[in-house]
Amino acid sequence: MSIKIENLTHIYNPKSPFETKALDNINLEIKDGEFIGLIGHTGSGKSTLTQHLNGLLKATSGKIIINGLDITNPKIKLVEVRKKVGLVFQYPEHQLFEETIYKDIAFGPKNLGLSQEEIEERVKEAMALVNLPYDTLKDRSPFELSGGQRRRAAIAGVLAMKPEVLILDEPTAGLDPRGRDEILDQIKLLHEKFRSTVILVSHSMEDIAKLVDRIIVMHQGQVALTGEPTEIFKHAEKLESIGLGVPEITKLINKLNELGIHLKEDILTVDEAKEEIIKWIRGNENA
Amino acid sequence: MLKDITIGQHYPTGSIIHKLDPRTKIVATFLLIVSLFIVTNFTGYIYVIAFIASAIAVSKIPFKYMIKGLKPLLVIILVTFFINVFMTTGEIILSLGPLNVTKEGLYQAVFMATRLILLIIGTSLLTLTTSPIMLTDGIEHLLNPFKKIGIPAHELAMMMTIALRFIPTLLEETDKIMKAQIARGADFESGNIINRAKSLVPLLVPLFISAFRRADELAMAMEARCYRGGDNRTRMKQLKMEKRDVVSLGIIGLLIGILIYIRVG
Amino acid sequence: MDYMVEIESVIYQYKNNEEEDIKALNDVSINVKEGEFVVVIGHNGSGKSTLAKHINALLLPTEGEVKVKSMNTKDEVNTWPIRQTAGMVFQNPDNQIVATIVEEDVAFGPENLGVEPKEIYSRVEEALEIVDMRQYSEKAPHLLSGGQKQRIAIAGVLAMKPDCIIFDEPTAMLDPSGRKEVINTIKKLNKQENKTIVHITHFMEEAVNADRVIVMEAGKVVLEGTPKEVFSQVDKLKELGLDVPQVTDLANLLIKEGIDMPQDILTIDEMVMELCRLK
Repeated sequence: MSIKIENLTHIYNPKSPFETKALDNINLEIKDGEFIGLIGHTGSGKSTLTQHLNGLLKATSGKIIINGLDITNPKIKLVEVRKKVGLVFQYPEHQLFEETIYKDIAFGPKNLGLSQEEIEERVKEAMALVNLPYDTLKDRSPFELSGGQRRRAAIAGVLAMKPEVLILDEPTAGLDPRGRDEILDQIKLLHEKFRSTVILVSHSMEDIAKLVDRIIVMHQGQVALTGEPTEIFKHAEKLESIGLGVPEITKLINKLNELGIHLKEDILTVDEAKEEIIKWIRGNENA
Repeated sequence: MLKDITIGQHYPTGSIIHKLDPRTKIVATFLLIVSLFIVTNFTGYIYVIAFIASAIAVSKIPFKYMIKGLKPLLVIILVTFFINVFMTTGEIILSLGPLNVTKEGLYQAVFMATRLILLIIGTSLLTLTTSPIMLTDGIEHLLNPFKKIGIPAHELAMMMTIALRFIPTLLEETDKIMKAQIARGADFESGNIINRAKSLVPLLVPLFISAFRRADELAMAMEARCYRGGDNRTRMKQLKMEKRDVVSLGIIGLLIGILIYIRVG
Repeated sequence: MDYMVEIESVIYQYKNNEEEDIKALNDVSINVKEGEFVVVIGHNGSGKSTLAKHINALLLPTEGEVKVKSMNTKDEVNTWPIRQTAGMVFQNPDNQIVATIVEEDVAFGPENLGVEPKEIYSRVEEALEIVDMRQYSEKAPHLLSGGQKQRIAIAGVLAMKPDCIIFDEPTAMLDPSGRKEVINTIKKLNKQENKTIVHITHFMEEAVNADRVIVMEAGKVVLEGTPKEVFSQVDKLKELGLDVPQVTDLANLLIKEGIDMPQDILTIDEMVMELCRLK
């Protein structure tokens, strides 16, 4: 599923003293099956942008074309859009409301008007995807789960709608390292398995570096940078100037470069860094 | 969405009316309401209108803003107006099928609508010129003498403060949960009344759960900061009556005097 | 040296939904010295928040004792002096701000303590100055950013003039810049205001500057020592599912490959120095 955004602008509270331009002439193209990391400071417009992608917010001007369909066209049925673009909000566990986990995950598919059998099939599948055992948990209350499990149940509620584009707004916020790793691993698996388009909004450069194909950096309602992670992290200074950082490993490599220790520049993870440093040390020994 | 409701919201301009002691303003508003019920003819209104108009002028709040505040209550004003027009017996000046418009009815309708409009403008002047927290303080102080007969002045004021503090937070949360459920295909806008009420469940349940969680956490945070009710508690901001408060109360006293004179005399 | 906080063999037991006894704290003993900066790390459910609430007398131990400046939390007479001595900042910035104006909220603590109005004014001003929020004193809290709200909460505790402040995951809900603001404020409180700090978190990088790090798991203390001592045990930390700074992780991997460098590298600069030595 491809997404094309043309000259998208969004103004909150137009013609009032509180008027703010949250999105300022955004142009973007996201290819089918791409894994995108969307980063930016709080208030940079990234949440506003994601909410446009499934029609929760209406563009002030500009177009959003999803698989050739312009969803800013007022004649479009938004239900169709929401079937295709799934949006997982920040702290999604706060939207759980049903008595049982089964019913809560079934809420989305039910709204799509699916048959009972189909719904059951989808709930099973969604729970498996987020690693929640169906038989033992389906009749339990979502409020009995641990924090990390609750979040995964909420994500399953969106996955059960089988979206072709999955947007996750800081899915790991507030979780401990174990809970965070579980969720990120599942998102990665999901992307590999279904080749769906994934947009991950995150503050953690380390997580982004590990996962995504391409990064979009937003600043003051505009796209400040876009490119592959190695490409983006070369702009360490620019990123710092807009309140973002680069992974610690990137900082290390950059510093070493300044001091005349030249390693490969496209290092993103600790393991890659280890390999390169060992190569460099062995090189010194041989010389 | 929901954040756009602005009726009676504090509008700071730093005018002398804003600086008045909240107790003065609460008492004055109460007296103004009383004065509206003393008035029995349009001559009386001239004085009240003159008083309110000059108060608005001194408060530096744009007149347009005040009128805007009337809009949501327009329906009530119109209903009052038409009930009076058609329901009063007397000299018929126009017949619309079964409905008769009488001279007395028309007079009564204009009279009642004016009273209602002045009532709304008068009270909104209080909320527009007084921050919610000052208003709460004022109410707490005015209720203090009644503590002896069991009115929990401090607790009431604390509840109001907390409510005011959390209204914006909960509105924001409502907005968020609503969007999250819409993203899961929920429909809050169509269907008959029963369906609509049902569709609110996915919104209300999470909202209540969150409100309870917040209440729990807030209670703990307040305890950690040594909160133990109103006894032995001091306040940073002390209310103090100034000369301007005495003058203001004097003016409204004068207004009431004039109105009583008109009515009796 | 005197102890600010003494936790002696504390067990805290409660019943869960299925009526089973759960030991959230299982024989925990920790002493915190006056002026010390202690970071407690652990997973959700490791008992670290339960521990924090014991220091503030919000929870009382089932067994064992907790003392703050020699005052036992079990003695009811001590409850209010303890809460004044050991202030507490919580995780959710929204759910600990009481008033609709910043300065009124900061005044809430001293008002509860019955402090004279004039004195409250000067305390509020001073507290807002320390957290660098004085220009916001008349703003409405809900319009502030998460980091700013958390600093207001800190000011609210400071205005009570505590000797010790307990931070219960104050950065868990903040974005990176908010986290930085709060962490810098905490450091400042320890270094410049001489406050004893107990900082509870699951972000490893926040522990790097502490005097002492305590790692908790399943209601017990499993590791304790200076940041260097604790972080050099990379494998043990990973086994617990906790993060280590990326450079520490890297050093550990390089040592395993037979490269000679110390275990306890915590910062990028230290790593750069070590590598330059190998050049």
